[in-house]
Amino acid sequence: MTQQPRHASSPAADAATTPATTPATTPATTPATTPATSTATSTATATRVAPLHHLLGIDDLDAAQVVHILDTAEQLLPIATRERNTVPTLRGKVVCNLFLEDSTRTRISFDLAAKRLSAEVLNFSAKGSSVSKGESFKDTALTLDAMGVDCVVVRSGSSGAPRQLARYLDVPIMNAGDGWHQHPTQALLDVFTMRRHLGDLAGRRVVIVGDLLHSRVARSEVQALNLVGAQVSVVAPPTLLPPEVERWGVEVVPSLDDALPDADVVYLLRVQRERMHRAFFPSTREYQRLWGMDGRRLRQLKDHAIVMHPGPMNRGVEITGEVADSDQSVITEQVTNGIAVRMACLYLLLAAPAVDEEAGR
Amino acid sequence: MTTTHPPARTGAGRLLLIGGRVLDPASGVDDHLDVAIEDGTIVAVGTDAAGVFGRSAADDGASDDPDIEVVDCTGHWIAPGFIDVHTHLREPGGEAAEDIATGSAAGAAGGYTALCAMANTSPVCDSAAIAELVWRRGREVALVDVFPVGSITKGLEGRELTEIGQLNACAAEVDFFSDDGIPLADTLVMRRALQYAKAFGAVICNHSEDPDLTAGAQMNEGAVSSVLGLAGWPHEAEEVMIARDLILAGGIGARLHVPHVTTAGAVELIRLAKERGVRVTAEATPHHLLLTDDLVADYDAVMKVNPPVRTASDVEALREALIDGTLDAVATDHAPHAPEYKDQEWEHAPCGMLGLETAFAVVHTALVATGRMTPLQAIARFTTGPASVRNVGQHGAALVAGADANLVVLDPEARWTVDAHALHSRARNSPFDGRELTGRPVHTLLRGRFTLREGVVADAAVVA
Repeated sequence: MTQQPRHASSPAADAATTPATTPATTPATTPATTPATSTATSTATATRVAPLHHLLGIDDLDAAQVVHILDTAEQLLPIATRERNTVPTLRGKVVCNLFLEDSTRTRISFDLAAKRLSAEVLNFSAKGSSVSKGESFKDTALTLDAMGVDCVVVRSGSSGAPRQLARYLDVPIMNAGDGWHQHPTQALLDVFTMRRHLGDLAGRRVVIVGDLLHSRVARSEVQALNLVGAQVSVVAPPTLLPPEVERWGVEVVPSLDDALPDADVVYLLRVQRERMHRAFFPSTREYQRLWGMDGRRLRQLKDHAIVMHPGPMNRGVEITGEVADSDQSVITEQVTNGIAVRMACLYLLLAAPAVDEEAGR
Repeated sequence: MTTTHPPARTGAGRLLLIGGRVLDPASGVDDHLDVAIEDGTIVAVGTDAAGVFGRSAADDGASDDPDIEVVDCTGHWIAPGFIDVHTHLREPGGEAAEDIATGSAAGAAGGYTALCAMANTSPVCDSAAIAELVWRRGREVALVDVFPVGSITKGLEGRELTEIGQLNACAAEVDFFSDDGIPLADTLVMRRALQYAKAFGAVICNHSEDPDLTAGAQMNEGAVSSVLGLAGWPHEAEEVMIARDLILAGGIGARLHVPHVTTAGAVELIRLAKERGVRVTAEATPHHLLLTDDLVADYDAVMKVNPPVRTASDVEALREALIDGTLDAVATDHAPHAPEYKDQEWEHAPCGMLGLETAFAVVHTALVATGRMTPLQAIARFTTGPASVRNVGQHGAALVAGADANLVVLDPEARWTVDAHALHSRARNSPFDGRELTGRPVHTLLRGRFTLREGVVADAAVVA
């Protein structure tokens, strides 16, 4: 089904452990030197990649940084997936998962990523706003600061919360999803997955379908795809398109059926059923007919095209079981890749800067 | 410069403002004139004003008469004290953010002598008892005259009318009613409010937004909100409601005031209604005349305000409307919030910005220093304009012998950088923090007494 079976492109396991076992003495560029998908050019650019201070949104990154993260993830993928699966890279570091919105999947993925790098993980969950507890969001941030954490992974229902946190704290902040705004690690793992299947994404056509208005995934996804040179089309009920979406650098396509034959990737966004109660669309049945991916539409795709979804799926609404379980669906692979990509981000935020400083002395 | 400072005199005696440029929109005067004040009342305005105190105009102020304080206003503007028709003083109920004393001090620092205190306090100003409390507290503080605004509906609930007649008849003589902060959505209640208020000569001021279109809204809807992932506040929400209110007020012949106009479309609606003779007045805030929605990008909740800051083309439309008089008044919508509320995530933070102490400087910097408005035009939007909105006694009236000496002396050349921590408000939520502005009040006089002297606000207790 795919051009590259799951582990075919993985570097040798011992190569992958190199950055992890000797972080203090390894140049920062090492992790990028050996992945199979990395070309000589990308290795060369990796030497000039600007260091990451935070991962707040894709719009803070440049193309070289995105490629560097993906190349690093490629190195770390064997660790993310193998049986004995920890390396001591982040031993002694404390990563705080600050989850202010329920999200079991994303939290577990970040949890695994940190633990495989031997970081200590502190889970701090709270629902609702800080003010409901009588303190400000700034107080919550200063509490974390006082605990001496090395990195905060933050999920919030409020757009912009990670950026505010970055103003209050001196440690790296990683955005694990904020409101409708950004979900950068999801976009990175998606692009990583696309690259493993399609190779160079320049000129490839990605069709994003569904509720872009309320989607942090869509905002990050479009920016990441633009950075790697992919062409993005969007298809959605007009009520679920963000204002002035054409300024995102996408083409708005009126009909899903028209978009499918040219697609290399079909990316389906989750549609919340409760949206129809606010007149965004009339019924899930109509949504499924017009914007849902079913078997008939699957057969309009090119053979190499893949179907993706950030999860959790609404089977029978935006995607039918037939599509979700088909050979062209890479939805479970996205989950696996997510661990490697999050490991790469943690590594680059927490270990790589130390390496740079070391080298600079 | 003030040449004598008799400490015991708080204004009851004789005061001579010399060398200043008098800008008096009510009389149309824009000239270098002296102003003589005695016992809180203007006794003369003219080149020979000193003569009423038996002095010659040639005296340079080095007077040996200890009963006359001479204030050198050379290079400064002398104008009627400013009037703000839209201030949130927060008392009673919101004293953690502001109270009538701190808000009055902010007003004096901003050149204001009259503030209209909005009704969304706790309890709401929907009874004569609360209106009189606010009015009397303003008198006690004595830094500005506080004119309470009554709510249109009891408890701001949008259903039953406030006792408009009782509030109008009480000591505070309330003639201006608003549920500001909450749109009066029910068209029937709005129509009846306009009908009922008309009988008392009162003005209805509706927070003009269709609440269905702004449910959950966080910032202006557009290209910026699209990328920031914040729910948009469409300009249509404001325009739909203003159109409705203009139609209702026009049909009844009632007095309508449109607060904080923010969109180019809303300006057009008001311009058209005025041409057709609808009895409408309208205001714009300093922040809507200067700030644009790209400033939200840092998610600093100090930039969160209702209605939201809009786009550059909206700002330009507001400026043109302020210049041509479609917008009658600059009103601050001064809305203090305690820091712990603004230090929340954007969506949990309350809306509102400080405005009293920066209003003149913002308008002066954006429109007067750039040559788009004459000084007299700009002063009119702070004085005669707001005085046309509601009854504020003698505030804004012509500077002539016999009038109350409610004055501001402004230094149009003063360059200063706003420091939110140095403001007199109890709160710190100034969106202009760190900005360099030009133009600043030097002295403010309320019935001849210095509430601001050389940039220093008088102690409320001493004045009282």
